Amino acid sequence: MVDAVRAYWLIAALWIRASMAYPVSFWTMTLGGVLITFLDFVAIWLMFSHLDTYGGFTLREIALLYGVTSLAFRVADMLVGSVEKIGQKVRSGDLDAMMTKPVPVLVQLCADRFELRRLGQIGQGLAVFAWAAPIVEWNPQRLLVLVVALVSGVVIYFCVFVTFSTIQFWTTDASEFANAFTYGGNTIMQYPMTIFPREVVRSLTYLLPLAFVNWYPCLFLLGLTDPFGAPDWFRFASPLAALALVVVTALVWRQGLRRYRSTGS
Amino acid sequence: MSGALHPQISLYAAIAVRSFRRYSTYTAATLAGIFTNSVFGIILSFAYLALWEQNPSAGGYEADQAVTFVWIGQALLMTIALWSGGATDDLAERIRNGDIAVDLYRPVSVLGWYLAADLGRGLYHFATRGVAPTIIGALLFGLVLPSPAGAAGFLVSVALAVVVSFAVRFLFAASAFWLLDATGPRVLLSVLATFFSGLTLPLNLFPDGLRQVALALPFASYIQTPADIWLGRHTGLDLLAAIGLQVLWAVVMLAVCALVLRAATRKVVVQGG
Repeated sequence: MVDAVRAYWLIAALWIRASMAYPVSFWTMTLGGVLITFLDFVAIWLMFSHLDTYGGFTLREIALLYGVTSLAFRVADMLVGSVEKIGQKVRSGDLDAMMTKPVPVLVQLCADRFELRRLGQIGQGLAVFAWAAPIVEWNPQRLLVLVVALVSGVVIYFCVFVTFSTIQFWTTDASEFANAFTYGGNTIMQYPMTIFPREVVRSLTYLLPLAFVNWYPCLFLLGLTDPFGAPDWFRFASPLAALALVVVTALVWRQGLRRYRSTGS
Repeated sequence: MSGALHPQISLYAAIAVRSFRRYSTYTAATLAGIFTNSVFGIILSFAYLALWEQNPSAGGYEADQAVTFVWIGQALLMTIALWSGGATDDLAERIRNGDIAVDLYRPVSVLGWYLAADLGRGLYHFATRGVAPTIIGALLFGLVLPSPAGAAGFLVSVALAVVVSFAVRFLFAASAFWLLDATGPRVLLSVLATFFSGLTLPLNLFPDGLRQVALALPFASYIQTPADIWLGRHTGLDLLAAIGLQVLWAVVMLAVCALVLRAATRKVVVQGG
């Protein structure tokens, strides 16, 4: 494990140096990423020019939900987002080369083309969160729940990235399939769950537990109980959801790797 | 292809057909894309329904029109290559590696060649990634259907949307002649196109001032104008005016592309390829 982390940072550092070789391109991409996510939030803010509350929540409460999911998602995206490129690596034969190296394939895939410019988007998530933070009456317990939720959230999104990219071992050009769950997951969690039908919220709790990234913990931060009547302890259950997903992801990933047949290129 | 056509026309048609075929070979990618567009369509439909439940006439739309707007947006984003891709990406790559010199010596207009290829691609994406999510949206949420005039206007408007979007993408890709790497401009174009096309939010919900500016920009031709025509917000003379603005943008942008290409050609000749 320690070796894997070390190998990860060695590969990542390599790509950071490489990206810095073209500073203009690096900064433009960083700025572009910040702008896209910034305008994302501007759209929500513009929606509020036509509303007072949305799904029973104020703009700042929604900013809290938005900030927590964005932070978790963007950190996961920076650390492991490259795993989306499995299909490309299969087609090019690079995956075969990775198989022969003494570093786990997953580590190599995740660290490949590590993108430091994602820091900009993490910064945007942090800014939205900071703007929302004063509405929470902070105490040690709430701070702990927030930190645990953020760490669990990164793990949850990490699992989503890996699990849904694994399909590319079978169909190499279906990389977009994962986007529905990664980017789509982050998008859906930016809204309060009250705007969705009960079935959708159930699915996001029991099938793909993204609601544990921000919805349940933020209910606790805001001192609310779940409008759908979920048990109160769900608000602290983010680590359990993360753990369950890690088990599933490990199984799926092993299957994918075992089934993999080189293209022979 | 009938030989009776003007040879130039049949040449461009042949380019478009081959481009259509090239994109149709990636079946899994198409299916994955349809799935993803539909998931986003579902998320945004619920998001808009909640907004219109609170404010039933926001932006002058009814709730069912707002949901229809969502699905038109999801259907068109690949057709117009909102986040780049398509023939203009090939152009940027060929400028980078120098192959563009070969294109410039061909007895065919470079602009015409790439436009034909992009129209072929757009037609494929419209027929697959446009039609399929729309059907899914109609089954799940029920969509507002256009009048016969609205449907005809919509199709014309979408064709113009592809041309305007192509010309804008071509300009940004051509910046590679001077910058050598068009990545930065491409990212900035994605930002502008996503926000000002109406994909993130219908432009009619923008506050006064910003709204008028957004509606006048070429990006409004991408999604906002075709969607409003589908929804029957432009009828009669107003419909002609809306399509007229798209034609104007298409002509102006293509003219600018031609000028840029001429300047770039001189530059390539000076550099020796």
